[in-house]
Amino acid sequence: MRPGRAKKLWNWLAVYAFLYMVFLYAPVILLPLFAFNESTIIAFPLSGFTTEWFTVLVNNDALARSVENSLFVAVTTAVVSTLLGACAARAAARYRFPGQKGVIGFIMLPLVLPEIIVAVALLVVLMQLGFSLSLWTVIAGHILICMPYSIAILSSAFQGLDRNLEEASFDLGETNWGTFKRVIFPLVLPGVISSLLITFTISLDEFIIAFFLTGTDATLPVYIWSQLRFPSKLPSIMALGTILLVLSIILLILAEWFRQRSAKRQGVEAAAGGFI
Amino acid sequence: MSEKPIIELRDVAKSFGTVKALNGINANIREGEFFSLLGPSGCGKTTLLRMIAGFEDPSGGEIVIDGKSMRGIPANRRPTNMVFQSYAIFPHLSVAENVAYGLKRKKLPKTEVTDEVNKALSMVDLSGYGGRAAHELSGGQRQRVALARALVMRPKVVLLDEPLSALDKKLREQMQVELRQLQQSIGITFILVTHDQEEALIMSDRIAVMFEGDIAQIDSPEGLYRHPVSKRVASFIGVMNFLDARTTGQSDAGVSLDIPALGKVTVPASHVPDGLDANSVESVGVRPEMLTILFDERETAEAVAKGVVTSTSYYGDMTYYSVALNETKAPVTLSMRNTAGRSVLPAGSEVRVGWGAESIVLFE
Repeated sequence: MRPGRAKKLWNWLAVYAFLYMVFLYAPVILLPLFAFNESTIIAFPLSGFTTEWFTVLVNNDALARSVENSLFVAVTTAVVSTLLGACAARAAARYRFPGQKGVIGFIMLPLVLPEIIVAVALLVVLMQLGFSLSLWTVIAGHILICMPYSIAILSSAFQGLDRNLEEASFDLGETNWGTFKRVIFPLVLPGVISSLLITFTISLDEFIIAFFLTGTDATLPVYIWSQLRFPSKLPSIMALGTILLVLSIILLILAEWFRQRSAKRQGVEAAAGGFI
Repeated sequence: MSEKPIIELRDVAKSFGTVKALNGINANIREGEFFSLLGPSGCGKTTLLRMIAGFEDPSGGEIVIDGKSMRGIPANRRPTNMVFQSYAIFPHLSVAENVAYGLKRKKLPKTEVTDEVNKALSMVDLSGYGGRAAHELSGGQRQRVALARALVMRPKVVLLDEPLSALDKKLREQMQVELRQLQQSIGITFILVTHDQEEALIMSDRIAVMFEGDIAQIDSPEGLYRHPVSKRVASFIGVMNFLDARTTGQSDAGVSLDIPALGKVTVPASHVPDGLDANSVESVGVRPEMLTILFDERETAEAVAKGVVTSTSYYGDMTYYSVALNETKAPVTLSMRNTAGRSVLPAGSEVRVGWGAESIVLFE
């Protein structure tokens, strides 16, 4: 390719990259912008700075309850799916058994299944079985969609674990439990923390499954959706969104930090398998 | 070194499903000796080592360590410690913590643990490295940490699974000598698994050569090199020329042979293996260094054969010649030291090759 044409192509690529970034992040930037805007109408020009919408949030009981619900769902989901994910990842990394690939494949499937399909299917099954909808049914659904992430993160942690390390520990007189405590757990701990953080984040802002499977207790995203009907509530939703955005970013950064630390400890190239 | 066996292997067999990895191994390993299991990959040597360590259970037979049967005794209660091929240094622990790992269960006072760790580290020349993190170490240093971690447990037997294979050539040669010296100074039995015959020869008191789940020969390095029991052992240890031969007679003096490439010879009885059926001898072996090119016309040897150089390989200190002897088709390999004033002969040179009856190895 001639230099002139190459340069032109680069210019177009730069424009494309810029537009992509704008499309991706402009709405996100609008969130905090309107959260601190005085007017109740979400439109330019901005009218003035206020923290009023944040105060409104703090005094909202329904919101507080939904936050409580969401935290309960997210923490339970994170713990259970990380626990189950650890078992699956360990089995996949350490043992060979018939149908292994198929089983792991099916566990990972929700990663690509449309969530609405999963949600509707779960709803139908739960109703048929006579379960009443509650936060527990939401948790069940969330575990289902969080497991693939948990397994993906923990698989790299367990696969990086040299089997000889366990044998060496055993050879040096340690028991199975002692080996788990002194060798395996410390080495996969960063992966476990990373999995907890990511599954927590996913569960916290998941809407579709929560919307279908919750009973009378709304989770935070469901509550937000219900409030969107009232224009006057919009600015406080923006404020809420801002808080969630900051929290999510912090959690993801933490998760990635732990994952990279784990990779470094085990001498694995940190670049592979990350979400950030 | 005593004659007392520290490890007795009695008909030790191992199958993985329908695949037989070991077919009934019998051997005694003596207290304080450096014993090597040598063989090509897949011969079962690592499986045997892992069974001694307790990582695998034998499908048949028995392993006795220090007079006690190891049946049902797991790895963490055996008086053996292993140095792994990958070293298996705990990456989240410092060098000192790695070495102290096994001492924790012995419930020693803290000062004693520190003493033991320092002693073990100085034994492997790593004094002052206790505070280092595992990932700050070079390959050779990791290997030493793995060794210190095993030695600090005061095992009856140290098991080494190809411990030097990950090191580069120079370091490997240096470690071979160091390991051997260390073993001799502390007097603990070492069992080394290796596929490198040179390494086994340099380090061992005795070597078991293994092929396909069987021990083909157990002998000292010199015994193996000079008196291999089969062609297979002979070609696995060093270089061996195999020459067609025919028995022409047998007496108290020895076995008389007609070797077309070399000539007629009587191999003295002292060099004939016990129980050899002389009439079944179809080929003999001779090491490259046992054949000598007589550069000077006045030089003589016990016997002389004529030949033509077909090719040469120059190694600096040595030159390897391929020589077609007595108009036979398959050339033999012989090695000559490149001493002062001796130049490399070009291909096509006619040479006289000296040899002796005692260098001839008989095979059935």
